[in-house]
Amino acid sequence: MQRYILFRGIQALFTLWILSLAIFLSVHLTGDPAQYLLGSEAGRTEYEQLKKNLGLDRPLYIQYIDFMGDVVRADFGKSHILGRSAREVLMERFPATLQLASAAFLIALVVGIPLGIVSAVKRDTPIDMFAKFFAVLGIATPGFWIAIMLILLFGAILGWLPTFGRGGLDHFVLPSFVLGWAAMAGMVRLGRSSMLEVLDSEYVKFARVKGLSERLVIFKHALKNAIIPLLTFSGLTLAGLLNGSVAVEVVFAWPGIGRLMLQGIQTRDFPIVQATVLAAGLFYILTALLVDILYAYVNPKIRYE
Amino acid sequence: MAKQAPVLEVQDLRTYFYTRTGVVKAVDGVSFSLMPGETLGIVGESGSGKSMTALSIMGLVPKPAGKTVGGKVLLDGEDLLQKSNSEMRQIRGRKICMILQDPMTSLNPVYTVGNQLIETLRMREDARGHGLKERAIDLLSKVKIASPETRIGNYPHQMSGGMRQRVVGAIAISGSPKVLIADEATTSLDATIQYQYLQLLRELQKDTGLSIIFITHDFGIVAKMCDRVAVMYAGKMVEFAPVRDLFNKPSHPYTEALMRSVPNVDEEVDKLYAIEGQPPALDKLPVGCPFAPRCPYVFDRCLHEYPTSVTVGENHHAHCWKLI
Repeated sequence: MQRYILFRGIQALFTLWILSLAIFLSVHLTGDPAQYLLGSEAGRTEYEQLKKNLGLDRPLYIQYIDFMGDVVRADFGKSHILGRSAREVLMERFPATLQLASAAFLIALVVGIPLGIVSAVKRDTPIDMFAKFFAVLGIATPGFWIAIMLILLFGAILGWLPTFGRGGLDHFVLPSFVLGWAAMAGMVRLGRSSMLEVLDSEYVKFARVKGLSERLVIFKHALKNAIIPLLTFSGLTLAGLLNGSVAVEVVFAWPGIGRLMLQGIQTRDFPIVQATVLAAGLFYILTALLVDILYAYVNPKIRYE
Repeated sequence: MAKQAPVLEVQDLRTYFYTRTGVVKAVDGVSFSLMPGETLGIVGESGSGKSMTALSIMGLVPKPAGKTVGGKVLLDGEDLLQKSNSEMRQIRGRKICMILQDPMTSLNPVYTVGNQLIETLRMREDARGHGLKERAIDLLSKVKIASPETRIGNYPHQMSGGMRQRVVGAIAISGSPKVLIADEATTSLDATIQYQYLQLLRELQKDTGLSIIFITHDFGIVAKMCDRVAVMYAGKMVEFAPVRDLFNKPSHPYTEALMRSVPNVDEEVDKLYAIEGQPPALDKLPVGCPFAPRCPYVFDRCLHEYPTSVTVGENHHAHCWKLI
């Protein structure tokens, strides 16, 4: 088990390194920030000067070594636009995204998993129909549209809830619901299909043949197996939510990482883009690692490899 | 031998599936009886209704599509079809149990075999509290698992297929049932393991007086294990005979064809015999004998009327017009 965790940890580090390389290269392929910052009227010398200041005149590999040295110290450089440390800006925005993500994730877990399981156990009953409809709607409808409709209904028409920005608890309701619904929809679908598959398995049949009560069959034998694929999915969902949903954050003017990333890309603000994307990658890798460890805990086959 | 009361008696059992394309008659009027300590074989092609007959007896027909719509399943004189779900749970595992086809997947992968054995023991009133682990170890040694004290902490994936099937066997007999249904229980095991397992089942039967229903399509197993045999085709039992008579004098054309399709080591053949055509779709059964379209002896009457039971020998019956 310890060897397994160690091995996965090393894999995670390696993945992170590949990611950093990819980000570094792709950002440098998207255009020249010096040109963007100065605009078209700037003179040649001005341009050369700025490039020098930003360190863009050096060979690429030197820039990369520099970049890596900074990344290891979690220093992403100064934002070209905001003139402040990119890490500082990121950390400032992160709590907003973390709160929203937690709320949405909680909705997805608490509603999604039980609904998916019940939907499978009570297959083809009205509750199953409802769950399926609810899930398909959540998957098929774009988040920004739901967001706009909810703003229209609860903000503009009814006036019950605030529609933008971060503030008290009431500010959470709409954005976390919109984000949570999409995440939950996936959980319902996956939970249902996974549970159906397990319910159809030989070991569930055998558990019934043995004369076990239906409660034991469902909650002991079926559930633990059905949870396994949901674990992976939950991890990915959580990582996705932690990176901030660009659409939802923009529509609700939520000051989170998603919006920051978008601003960074729009203004060719390399440090910001690198910081946000690397953070995003880090979340994915960390949650994947966490899921792998949990996975080994639930699934003895992995634990004993 | 004095005439004993059968431990299990199935009368005119009917299990239908209601699907979009129509009613599928998976089990269509099956009747048989099983004596204490007897082994009955049920043979037939895939899809002939063997497994569904077993599940109907256990009260575990897949819902909501499937439903046992008629007949009686008398276990010690009590009709299981009239029992409620909770009453059936008391009967399953204790009076009647079943071994499923695939030993690789019959055990839950996320629990140890000990856990799965003990949970079965725990359900019985006489087995509450301590001593469960000892009894589980005892059962494992009964099915000849070496070093049961360590094996009890194993997960299924740490065991071979044969060993897993033994564990399944141990669980199945843990409640000392009167009837054990083995549904293709050895099909997925390789030949030597299969042989050992059959041997084990016979020993257990000798010790406990268990009655066994052996569902298989392997005539070798039938010959080795069974006292009597029922041949199923399209949801019906078409021939019923003591095992020796069936081999000596297969009377139904289907039985005859089945026997011919078993390759013989001593004979050299260019081409293996196969029964022509396909078993009929169970939702579109022909009016007459369902085997008629594939039968070499078919004549007019077969196409219009289902054959009545014809006695061909002592305790030997077959449903075929040709025999009249």
